[in-house]
Amino acid sequence: MPDDQVTLREGLRLLARAVRDEPGIFAIAIAGSAVYGITTALSATVIGRVTDEVIVPAFAQGRTTAAALAVAGLAIVGVSVLKALGMVVRRFYAGVMQYRLQARYRRAVTRRYLRLPLSWHHRHPTGELLSNANADVEASWYPIAPFPMAVGVLIMLVTAVVAMVLTDPALAAIGLLVFPAILGVNLLYQRRLAPLATHAQALRGELSGVAHESFDGALVVKALGREANEADRFAAVARRLRDANVGVGRVRSAFDPVLEALPGLGVLIVLLAGAARISAGSLDPGELVSVAYLLMVVAFPVRAIGWVLGELPRAVVGWRRVDRVLRASGALRHGDVVPSDGGQPADLAVRAVSYSYAHDRDVLHAVTLDVAPGRTVAVVGPTGSGKSTLAGLLVRLVDPRTGEVLLDGVDVRQLARGGVAGSAALAFQYAFVFDGTVRDNVTLGLPVTDDQVWTALRVAQADRFVAALPERLDAVVGERGATLSGGQRQRLALARAVVRGPRLLILDDATSAVDPQVEQRILAELRGVEPRPTVVVVAYRRATIALADEVVYIEHGRIAARGTHEELLATSAGYRNLLTAYERDAAERAALRTDEEELVADEVSQ
Amino acid sequence: MSAAAADPAAATSRLGSASGDTAWKTIRRGLTYSPEVGEGIWLTLVLAVFATAGRIVVPIAIQQTVDRGLSHPAGPDLEFVRSMCLVAAAAVLATAAAAYLMNVRIFRASEAGLATLRIRAFRHVHDLSVLTQNTERRGSLVSRVTSDVDTLSQFVQWGGLLFVVSIGQLVAATAIMAVYSWQLTILVWACFLPLFLALRYFQRKVSAAYGVVRERVGAMLGAIAESVVGAQVVRAYAIEQRTQERIDAAIERQRLAASRAQKLVALSFSTGEVVSGLANAAVVVVGVLLGLAGELTVGRLLAFLFLVTLFVGPVQVGTEVLNEAQNAVAGWRRVLAVLDTPADVADPGPAGRTLPRGPIDVRFEQVSYAYPGGPTVLHDVEVEIRTRSRVAVVGETGSGKTTFAKLLTRLMDPVSGRVLLDGIDLREVRFDSLRERVVMVPQEGHLFDDTLAENVRYGRPSASDDDVRLALTELGLADWLAGLPAGLDTSVGQRGESLSAGERQLVALARAYLADPDLLVLDEATSAVDPATEVRLARALEGITRGRTAVTIAHRLSTAESADEVLVFDDGRLVERGSHADLVAAGGTYARLHAAWASRSE
Repeated sequence: MPDDQVTLREGLRLLARAVRDEPGIFAIAIAGSAVYGITTALSATVIGRVTDEVIVPAFAQGRTTAAALAVAGLAIVGVSVLKALGMVVRRFYAGVMQYRLQARYRRAVTRRYLRLPLSWHHRHPTGELLSNANADVEASWYPIAPFPMAVGVLIMLVTAVVAMVLTDPALAAIGLLVFPAILGVNLLYQRRLAPLATHAQALRGELSGVAHESFDGALVVKALGREANEADRFAAVARRLRDANVGVGRVRSAFDPVLEALPGLGVLIVLLAGAARISAGSLDPGELVSVAYLLMVVAFPVRAIGWVLGELPRAVVGWRRVDRVLRASGALRHGDVVPSDGGQPADLAVRAVSYSYAHDRDVLHAVTLDVAPGRTVAVVGPTGSGKSTLAGLLVRLVDPRTGEVLLDGVDVRQLARGGVAGSAALAFQYAFVFDGTVRDNVTLGLPVTDDQVWTALRVAQADRFVAALPERLDAVVGERGATLSGGQRQRLALARAVVRGPRLLILDDATSAVDPQVEQRILAELRGVEPRPTVVVVAYRRATIALADEVVYIEHGRIAARGTHEELLATSAGYRNLLTAYERDAAERAALRTDEEELVADEVSQ
Repeated sequence: MSAAAADPAAATSRLGSASGDTAWKTIRRGLTYSPEVGEGIWLTLVLAVFATAGRIVVPIAIQQTVDRGLSHPAGPDLEFVRSMCLVAAAAVLATAAAAYLMNVRIFRASEAGLATLRIRAFRHVHDLSVLTQNTERRGSLVSRVTSDVDTLSQFVQWGGLLFVVSIGQLVAATAIMAVYSWQLTILVWACFLPLFLALRYFQRKVSAAYGVVRERVGAMLGAIAESVVGAQVVRAYAIEQRTQERIDAAIERQRLAASRAQKLVALSFSTGEVVSGLANAAVVVVGVLLGLAGELTVGRLLAFLFLVTLFVGPVQVGTEVLNEAQNAVAGWRRVLAVLDTPADVADPGPAGRTLPRGPIDVRFEQVSYAYPGGPTVLHDVEVEIRTRSRVAVVGETGSGKTTFAKLLTRLMDPVSGRVLLDGIDLREVRFDSLRERVVMVPQEGHLFDDTLAENVRYGRPSASDDDVRLALTELGLADWLAGLPAGLDTSVGQRGESLSAGERQLVALARAYLADPDLLVLDEATSAVDPATEVRLARALEGITRGRTAVTIAHRLSTAESADEVLVFDDGRLVERGSHADLVAAGGTYARLHAAWASRSE
């Protein structure tokens, strides 16, 4: 099976990588494991020797010495203590190695997430990325836990075989038959089990996905009365998981008893052959006991080899996913131009910018736009016309497919890392709130005073609800903290942008979930912000548009018209249509109502 | 939505807690939800007795070989050894067969039972009221039907099996030991009993250590999630460094906790080894002395050495299993807690009434509402929504308008008063009938990770692609549809993230439109849509010709201007109602709201 070979080779390479990454820890774990392996084999020899030299003579002669008993007891205890020490070292350092590898690759993966461009993020579902950093990294290093033990067991097997050969070559032959049989059954077991276990694991993931999505949409499920259908959807996967688990169970059910029985049968064969050898006078009872004991104590650890080999396919699959992230190319490159920090409003220019998501068509077509320092430009357009995409391009969330975005005459791609963020701030429509305090969420690590934070909160009209929280700026928000409404989240995110005193401020429909009265106050405050930034605001609302010196109307990813609000109302049909929708609607309805009333009046009069 | 905003108390779980139950009570109660587990349990137990008793066959064989085969006065009795080994081999094979059958039966029964439990709990989560659902983090609800049940399943399969076998092995080994030598049996127990107690102590520490690990894994996942879910903000504010430091710290804390737990595990596991060495040494020393006193044969002494190996495993495994059992029972409790939580806004079921489709009429009679343990947020609302009317509900944030919508659609039940649908109390109407007639579109209508067509079809599963297309066309969205890369087959992504916020609202609306209810309730359902599209949608949705009633909650007062009637909420009370023109003329709350809105529209 070539696939298996590929997996095995990849798996061994993965183990080699682990050893290369943590050579010191690995060496300690292996040393411990070797002590464990050798003492395990040795313990059987000790039992055999004690039988022959202390027990049997004592029973035969009817007497013994305290010294002989003491030596026997100490030998047994001594070997046990050594073996236990080996186990402690092996087990602890195997764990240390596993956890260090997990941490190392989690750091590596998240570093890639933070470096890779947003366009890459767009192509990969959130759940997939989270599982790459968590479950997949974990699966990759799963075999590391039993790995040192498996190496120790190999040492143990060699020692055991040597010990048996030294004891009695004929019995050793039986051992040589039984050990490979145990190993073989183990391998067969793992090979049969691995695909079934992987399948069950995948189903567990699928089940969790269904539950997550279904509970996420619980309100919609309820509003549309689709509870029964959702339960059916979940039940179908749950039943498949049940069958998969039973499938795993059937393999385990068959193999576990066989693995238990094999050493027992081996001991019986040894007894049979051994009795004959003893009667022929070529074996001592102690030697027989020693070989039998060896079979018993070695049988269980041999499984460790099976564990490692059994985990390898899953580890390889996990590693492939991790590796894909580590190898993903296209990290955002930065130039070395440091933007001026003169506190002057930024000069923004967009030159023939086109952009497309993934493999789709362009969502922006050769957009060209200049915003003079200190000016406020409103970007208006129908749903899905590319406004948010344009906003993202301005702060270099993504790079244009063609064309360029210039900040103070410099292509944003030429700016040093952090240069764009140092000058420009974007407030999003859907505000992400980090797990942490209000202060953390506003400053995002920027060294500012609490006064500055409160000022920014006031501009964003968030000061009142924050002041009402028991811990105020120290109140924890996000997943683990207080729940914020959509409007409150937006205001917090706006304060986040304002506190930076940006030279370019971009508002992407950033007050859509805020009450009209509150929004009006926010807009008034923004007008008074010092130093005065250049502002680009994405909006539908007239009050917001009224703030602008100029309006840019976008339709289907193209700038369809630009000018003042009044000019556009006069010249652009699309703009007029969008902005006057409410009035026209009201007027038409009024007309309709009059018609109806006349109709009713007619009917009455007839 | 905003009524309970910024209130940390709102996040307190309302799920029931069965933590007061004893483990036994949990197990007994749990089994009633999974009757499959108990089916045929007696045969399984009989098999278990065989499967474990067989484990002492080999030590007995050694004793017999040494004492009767080898120590025969006339030299080794090979004939006896041969027949004895054959019998023993047969016994070993029979044991294996019994173990196989027992395992298969346990797997089948437990998996069937757990699947049933899972499915019931899942359904029950959907039967809980919105309010109860919202007090619980989504992830926590998910884990109750996934990982908690998985823990239980794994426990039954690995731990439970081992436990049964281990106990059996201990009992069988002790029995045969007692036959060989009661003195040595006491000696062995004297060695292992302290080990058992020591391991229990260790296990408690280990499980506390793992508790810390789990907690830190949670914190680590949260930190990692920020780099993915918050990728835009991270990029826009260039806080890569800060984010990485937060993640690194969380990863490191998790690693340290895991290593600490590992140290305890390694120490506790190896104590078993030392004790078994001590036991062996004691058996040899005391056994020889007993033998010299004529109380023990060589074979029996040697058999003891093998029987001691039968002890180490069960004691070690047993303590680990006991620990896992605690986790499993805790998980079980968490699942049962879901089932124990009363469905507070319950479907009356078959006892309820099914209402015929057609023009709808809704009446609020002295309706008040308060969140559990909170102040009254809606006071004595008395209002009638007439058939085929278009009603706008307005008011400032926290005025009670969303609460009104939730009571209207029976997402919540009033604390006092009644909501009547065609004269029938909503609480008496069967859910399948109610949800067919009344549909609400929330502000953030969740989309499923599927195609556009499937998401719209969610409103009416029997709809064909043509129906879906027709619905979108009737809503004036044909142009938008034509602009999508794959049309109806366009994938909307997880939670609809491939679409813009406004587009997601379009899909959610189309979904409700296709469901074709008699009463449509829109809770700021078009807040992210451009004005021209919004107006188009509003007109299509009104569906006057279909006799549909529409209630719209909006902060854009344009909606109110065109409504038949406006309901104005202020501070939890219905303060004004009437047509737009009348209310403006009246110069009250509505006039003030409208003036503010109009001034910024100019």
